[in-house]
Amino acid sequence: MEGIKQLLASNIRRFTMIIALVGIIILFQILTHGILLTPLNVTNIIMQNSYIIVLAIGMMLVIITGEIDLSVGSVAAFVGAVSGVLLVSWDLPVFLGIIICLALGALIGAWQGYWVAYVNIPSFIVTLAGMLIFRGLTLVVLQGQTLAPFPDSFRKLSSSFIPDLFGNGELQLFTILIGLIFTVIYIVSEFSIRKKDIKYGFNTLSMPLLMLKIILLSVVINLFTYILAQYEGLPYVLLILVALVLGYTFIMNKTVLGRHIYAVGGNANAAKLSGVKTKRMKFLVFMNMGILAALSGMIFAGRLNAATPQAGNLFELDAIAAAVIGGASFTGGIGTIFGAVIGALVMGVLNNGMSLMGIGIDWQQAIKGLVLLAAVAFDVLNKNK
Amino acid sequence: MSVDSPILEMKSITKRFPGVKALDDVNLNVQQGEIHALIGENGAGKSTLMKVLSGVHAYGTYEGEIIFNGSLCEFKNINESEELGIVIIHQELALIPELSIAENIFLGNEQQKNGVINWSETLVKTIELLKKVGLKVDPEEKIKNIGVGQQQLVEIAKALSKDVRLLILDEPTAALNEEDSENLLNLLVELKEQGMTSILISHKLKELLKVSDSLTVLRDGQTIQTYHLSSQKITESIIIKDMVGRDLTNLYPERKKVIGNEVVFEVKDWSVYHPLDPNKQLLHNVNLKVKKGEIIGIAGLMGAGRTELAMSIFGKSYGKKISGELYKGGQKIKLNDVSEAIKHKIAYVSENRKDYGLILIDSVRKNLTLSNLKKVSNKNILNMNDEIVEAESIKTKMNVKAPSIEQVTNHLSGGNQQKVVLGKWIFTDPDLLILDEPSRGIDIGAKFEIYKIINELAEKGKSIIMISSELPELLGMCDRIYTLCEGKITADVDIDEADQETLMTYMTQSWRS
Ligand SMILES: Nc1ncnc2c1ncn2[C@@H]1O[C@H](COP(=O)(O)OP(=O)(O)OP(=O)(O)O)[C@@H](O)[C@H]1O
Ligand SMILES: [Mg+2]
Repeated sequence: MEGIKQLLASNIRRFTMIIALVGIIILFQILTHGILLTPLNVTNIIMQNSYIIVLAIGMMLVIITGEIDLSVGSVAAFVGAVSGVLLVSWDLPVFLGIIICLALGALIGAWQGYWVAYVNIPSFIVTLAGMLIFRGLTLVVLQGQTLAPFPDSFRKLSSSFIPDLFGNGELQLFTILIGLIFTVIYIVSEFSIRKKDIKYGFNTLSMPLLMLKIILLSVVINLFTYILAQYEGLPYVLLILVALVLGYTFIMNKTVLGRHIYAVGGNANAAKLSGVKTKRMKFLVFMNMGILAALSGMIFAGRLNAATPQAGNLFELDAIAAAVIGGASFTGGIGTIFGAVIGALVMGVLNNGMSLMGIGIDWQQAIKGLVLLAAVAFDVLNKNK
Repeated sequence: MSVDSPILEMKSITKRFPGVKALDDVNLNVQQGEIHALIGENGAGKSTLMKVLSGVHAYGTYEGEIIFNGSLCEFKNINESEELGIVIIHQELALIPELSIAENIFLGNEQQKNGVINWSETLVKTIELLKKVGLKVDPEEKIKNIGVGQQQLVEIAKALSKDVRLLILDEPTAALNEEDSENLLNLLVELKEQGMTSILISHKLKELLKVSDSLTVLRDGQTIQTYHLSSQKITESIIIKDMVGRDLTNLYPERKKVIGNEVVFEVKDWSVYHPLDPNKQLLHNVNLKVKKGEIIGIAGLMGAGRTELAMSIFGKSYGKKISGELYKGGQKIKLNDVSEAIKHKIAYVSENRKDYGLILIDSVRKNLTLSNLKKVSNKNILNMNDEIVEAESIKTKMNVKAPSIEQVTNHLSGGNQQKVVLGKWIFTDPDLLILDEPSRGIDIGAKFEIYKIINELAEKGKSIIMISSELPELLGMCDRIYTLCEGKITADVDIDEADQETLMTYMTQSWRS
């Protein structure tokens, strides 16, 4: 009992986030009479939100350093437009096109990072300018028109599925197998961490609690892949997302770089006097945001199978909302990648559920706004207690 | 003054934080019209007790009773306690740097009519209040442009503007030099003569004994004793014994002096200009050297340029147009940023732990390892296990009082925060350690411990530069003392020839005509 209490107390933020997500899922599952969790719709939710999740990860880093990026929607649109020109109009090889677009994203991020980090212009201003600049450039590049269609291999990135290697029958067995492999890797790592902790004499979760955690997570992972397997299996974009989440979580928690990024947001002066290259960190975080915005723009363009001038409208707000719902603090230094993903999913399930119910865009906007406010208010009140 | 007319009674106060019992059945009686001193080690619970009293920790989050002026108090926030005239000046000053003195004094209590501020009335009243606290500055000057000592007086003026009946000062003199401290204490005595009651928290025993009427000692969250100084004969050593629970005969630990001949670090012709005003030269051709195993001191008045000197050396962290040369172990070195300084095994412990030393939202562990993550990582990937082991070991070595290394540093008492900052720099294993006011806000026991650690480092052959406003501290610890006046070194005094008077003379030897 003591153990559970402690676990709850130290992870309260994480638990409330997950509970909120689960609550919203259950709510809409009931309200939509079970449509929400059908295989087709679950697949849809992932694909519809993939580009927001990508942005939310980058935005989380930006907010952790105590900054903000309002330009991501425009940057995504701009890069999407450029990808249209490269791949549709010029017929460049897809691989080359993708590389050029990612490099372009890095360049844009570096441009904004330079003004923020080295010239000390508030990021709000720099990226507000960026929002206008790159939206304008999108129009220039597309000359007000829509470019389509993209080559098939480019569209794979965002809208197709890993082929089922054992491909017969109703169920995508390969997907289920991957789920199982993932589960095994997870369980092994959980136990190896525990072994190390015991070796060093650190506190560990009690055995029953650990078992509970393992069983719960294993069930969730496999239920998820089972649902996906009933439709078309694993979308490529999900693999990209999983890789991003694992990669960035590793960087933020386990590397010197990640520690330095948190330190800059926690107290830039103290970080600087501790030998952290604060300017370089901010610069890198903005550059990273540029790359992820480029990726997001390409996924979106691929999904739409078109480069359009309106792409990425209000993406920045969705990304910021996701990060904030996921526990980011605007004073900097606080937030996790995991949180950003949960936050993005909360927004995504809300969108999807309300659409399924036939609620109009007008009310959807208003309700999302209220949820954002409620999430943060809950957090603030909780802290004051 | 009769002994049984308490204005304040705090009865059996118990306050718990997750993992800590900060106050355990504490009693405090304060008489009408007295200065009541509160003393105790870092983390003893002094600040917490005052926060309970003023409603920062709301009624219901603690156990026990507070009786003020004969009536039971259940404050839910600061406003409610201020309404009854209980005003607290916190350990960390709460003035807004960009606002003027007058605006700060009447912040939240604006002189207004229908929401429109009456500036002439505000100014007139401010001038009156400033006169009362003996501050001769323009009421429209911005807070950021006046010294800490003056800021402290502004805080008091602000308190006086609120019709205060009980004034609580949490370590008001910690950041002040002797002259400013004197001023402030005299002011308190003056206010007392006009009938004001105050509670004064400080680690400086001498000043407490000088001005207070009663004195309560806290230790580990419990009341040990209350002394009435008018009727009892009390000495410093009695109080120290109450505070730390044992005798502490010598304030400065012994050290085996093993000073080598080899000069480890040398500064030549160091000049620095103000970062915002490139015509204002702050340091003029400073020269100094430190030998292996030597502790040198830098003495100087507020504004002499001590911190500016240290920070400009430490990876050009302060100032513009820096010129001059640095030598380490005979080699000329260039330190363009902090990471280069760390690479050359130089460390700097800032005088301002909250703004420049710690990341307050982070844990003890993360703070301790931040400057030397290399030691707990491999190819830039952290080894958490190593990190925990190292952090635990520094925590034990520095005797940091915290429930665990995962405790957020914001929740540590001031002295323990200081130990974390010092520990963090010792973890970088420096050859040269620059300490800027290392014992500010630290209790006598902890000071002794920190001095011991400094001595050990020196015995191991490390070199130390110590900046301090407390001359006795420099005299007790150093082998040689440089005096700095208006940005210039005015003397290099061997410890055998140094005393307060000599140092003072050089420190005030203005070289500008
Ligand atoms: N908000 C908090 N959360 C958790 N622990 C706290 C909090 N505030 C204080 N503490 C703990 O309570 C104890 C008493 O702290 P307090 O700040 O009252 O000490 P103090 O006597 O004022 O010390 P100092 O002389 O260093 O200022 C310490 O162990 C501290 O870590
Ligand atoms: Mg205190």
